[in-house]
Amino acid sequence: MPAEPLPAADAVIIGFGWSGALIAEALSAAGLGVVVLERGPYRDTASDFPPGFAPDELRYAVRHDLVVPTAQNTITFRNRAGQTALPVRQWGSFLPASGAGGGGVHWNGQTWRFRPSDFVLRSHLLDAHGHGVIPGDVTIQDWGVTYAELEPFYDRFEYLAGISGRAGNLRGRLQQGGNPFEGPRQRDYPTPPMRMTLAPTRFADAARALGYHPFPQPSANLSEPYTNPLGVVIGPCSYCGFCERFGCGNYSKASPQTALMPVLRRRPNFALRTGAEVLEIARAPDGRHARGVRYVDADGVERYQRAELVILAAYTFENVRLLLLSGIGQPYDPRDGSGVVGRNYAYQTTASVQLFFDDTRFNPFIGAGALGMVVDDLNADGRDHARLGFIGGAHLAAMQSGGRPILSRPTRPGTPRWGGAWKHAVARDYLRNASLGASGSSVSHRGAWLDLDPTYRDRHGRRLLRMTFDFHANDLRMIQHATDRLAGIGRAMEPAAMVVNERRGPYSIVPYQSTHNVGGAVMGPDPATSVVNPWLQSWDVANLFVVGASSFPQNPSYNPTGTVGALALRAANAILTRYLPSPGPLVSR
Amino acid sequence: MRGRRAWLTSTALLALAACAGPNPPVPQAGSTPPQAVLPGPYQFLTLAEAAALEAVVDRLIPPDELGPGGREAGCALFIDRQLAGPFGRSESLYLLPPFLDGTPEQGPQSPLTPAVRLRAGLAALETYCRAAFVGRAFAALPPTVQDRLLSEIEDGTLALAGVNARAWFDLVLQMTMEGFFADPIYGGNRQMAGWRLIGFPGARYDYRDWVERHGVAYALPPVGIGGRPGWHDAG
Ligand SMILES: Cc1cc2nc3c(=O)[nH]c(=O)nc-3n(C[C@H](O)[C@H](O)[C@H](O)COP(=O)(O)OP(=O)(O)OC[C@H]3O[C@@H](n4cnc5c(N)ncnc54)[C@H](O)[C@@H]3O)c2cc1C
Repeated sequence: MPAEPLPAADAVIIGFGWSGALIAEALSAAGLGVVVLERGPYRDTASDFPPGFAPDELRYAVRHDLVVPTAQNTITFRNRAGQTALPVRQWGSFLPASGAGGGGVHWNGQTWRFRPSDFVLRSHLLDAHGHGVIPGDVTIQDWGVTYAELEPFYDRFEYLAGISGRAGNLRGRLQQGGNPFEGPRQRDYPTPPMRMTLAPTRFADAARALGYHPFPQPSANLSEPYTNPLGVVIGPCSYCGFCERFGCGNYSKASPQTALMPVLRRRPNFALRTGAEVLEIARAPDGRHARGVRYVDADGVERYQRAELVILAAYTFENVRLLLLSGIGQPYDPRDGSGVVGRNYAYQTTASVQLFFDDTRFNPFIGAGALGMVVDDLNADGRDHARLGFIGGAHLAAMQSGGRPILSRPTRPGTPRWGGAWKHAVARDYLRNASLGASGSSVSHRGAWLDLDPTYRDRHGRRLLRMTFDFHANDLRMIQHATDRLAGIGRAMEPAAMVVNERRGPYSIVPYQSTHNVGGAVMGPDPATSVVNPWLQSWDVANLFVVGASSFPQNPSYNPTGTVGALALRAANAILTRYLPSPGPLVSR
Repeated sequence: MRGRRAWLTSTALLALAACAGPNPPVPQAGSTPPQAVLPGPYQFLTLAEAAALEAVVDRLIPPDELGPGGREAGCALFIDRQLAGPFGRSESLYLLPPFLDGTPEQGPQSPLTPAVRLRAGLAALETYCRAAFVGRAFAALPPTVQDRLLSEIEDGTLALAGVNARAWFDLVLQMTMEGFFADPIYGGNRQMAGWRLIGFPGARYDYRDWVERHGVAYALPPVGIGGRPGWHDAG
């Protein structure tokens, strides 16, 4: 039954995570009437994660209370073509968000800028090393935007969120104590770095002695109270240890709620409808113009919201799926490499090292999602990586995000999983362990893509998204190199026992690795190899912008959200200053 | 450019009118606080099942000089209440067919809920014990025999009729540890036995004074979402 159209909005935004909220703020500040449709519930600090019940490991970290129920939305997965993809019935490797704030509610807050070379990866590697360096089936490409073009928007995102950190490169001048490998920034972070617990401190000492350049992780868990450019106050972090997978009860983790909502909710030209799951982007008969979106509202009634502009900001999976279900853009065909929608899915290649000490108390329960020290010496630019037989790189870190005991109570190697011996071991090791991690890049390649599953459907009868993914051999070589170096730093910390958790293939959907799923609707200067142009505007439908990490053509080693935020703000700026004055394609095909 | 602005203003007003309708511009929030599990009769388990499960959790986490075991810590009560609730019914999980066996990398594919799987495994364990030990239930066996049986189930050398015994063991172990280390509000971790064993202070929520006290033992006792026993004793 076709729904009666609702009066047109200037812009309808699908999804209210960081991507959707940043664009909503920019467009509504300029006077546009903005309607946001979010499939999950509304959530706010006092009502949904107050200190009274926010620190609940079972509910949030184990039962995934803030994550989209797979009953509502999931994907199917296989490692390679030829296998039958099966549904992810229980989330594991990653935790897609649902509800106002999206993943911004329960993220860690590790907030990065990518390196200048990351944005021109393909040309950078070809210039530096020549043709042989990129394996034939690897489809990495340039982004169509440079670091310098993005810098003002990184700056804006960091100042809206109040990020705590120390600059490593101020307008080209290297700064003591920051990341010497970062691109030049116009000014320092808005707030100073967090204070450090023992494990990151020891890690940094050991790394420094080995010749590395450790620095504090840039953090959205704020080191001190902060008032952002919108006049919103974000509180100081209490190092409570209930951060990633949790909402913050202290208003001290930057999120759409804490950084933007207090302003948005006062704007009469902003509306947020929750429990509103978008089914399809509707187009004019010529197919080149979006008319609005069809969605199911909180009462289960189908609605049609008309809009002059459609912003798709529903995270990588739903961004790609809604494009495919709406028939926008040519689907990728892995057999001949043609088509673009679903092409260049990439992930993150991680490994870890666990250290056990006899006498040193690390108090792992103290923590924050982005509390730790990082070494970035082995990352993307590493000049010898091509000689070592891989491209890309990793950053190494000692993060202390909170030793919550259901999921985090490592014991020394050889300990049984239960019984009296286990009990003695866990009593000895809990306070006296520290963990180190390597987070590595992920190339896009011919064997990794997203399309619609032929068999499995959601409760509305629509086909699920299918992921075909395995680690590329390049990335396994890269992470092995990084893991060996990480273990070297670990050994220098002189533990009584050490466990090295190497990353091996095949990729498994079961153990948590990261919610850094990227690509599938990638950006670029060439419509033959991208879904959106460098302003995140659809090549096919000029009044549709597709925002989020789905636009990354491959994944650098760093967590994505700093760059997601910067790209969203740049897209909003392009809408206001380029698109609205003369609606149409911003780049001609 | 000017025409565009005029258009923007008028549709902005239209949008405004639309949101002023049935929907407030921003909806109301409100998550339910956790419902405290009150001690009392088992809600899901039968008495016989409860006896077997109490014996199992007391071998997975045995009482010893370090502190209470799984039984005294309330792990069976925790499991009972979890199985009686949304987790036990797989309420939030995608359970549409077809159900096919995949690779380990593709994750669990069973159509059976934790409540059904846990119950079937307990029944199979009892059937096995009564046959192998002349009519005796698992709970009536000596601890050393119980440990041996659990080890054999864990490593796959002991099969139980009609169930995936290893997967059952993993489910029971996972839920026992959840019960031992989750907030006491869910019925396990009684007297914060799990947290005291390892030195986890629970839901303290503020360690600003402790961040830079490197290597120093944390001085305060653990506290849960619902407070801690001492508060209530003190009245
Ligand atoms: C545990 C965890 C820790 C993380 N830590 C970090 C970190 O330290 N650093 C970092 O950079 N990143 C981190 N991330 C990743 C980070 O959360 C994401 O990059 C970020 O949230 C992406 O923002 P987004 O707005 O693009 O997408 P999301 O935040 O996922 O928002 C998308 C929104 O769209 C909604 N939606 C989806 N489909 C529909 C539909 N059909 N109709 C209506 N609404 C829909 C969803 O419900 C969701 O609210 C972490 C993620 C997790 C889960």
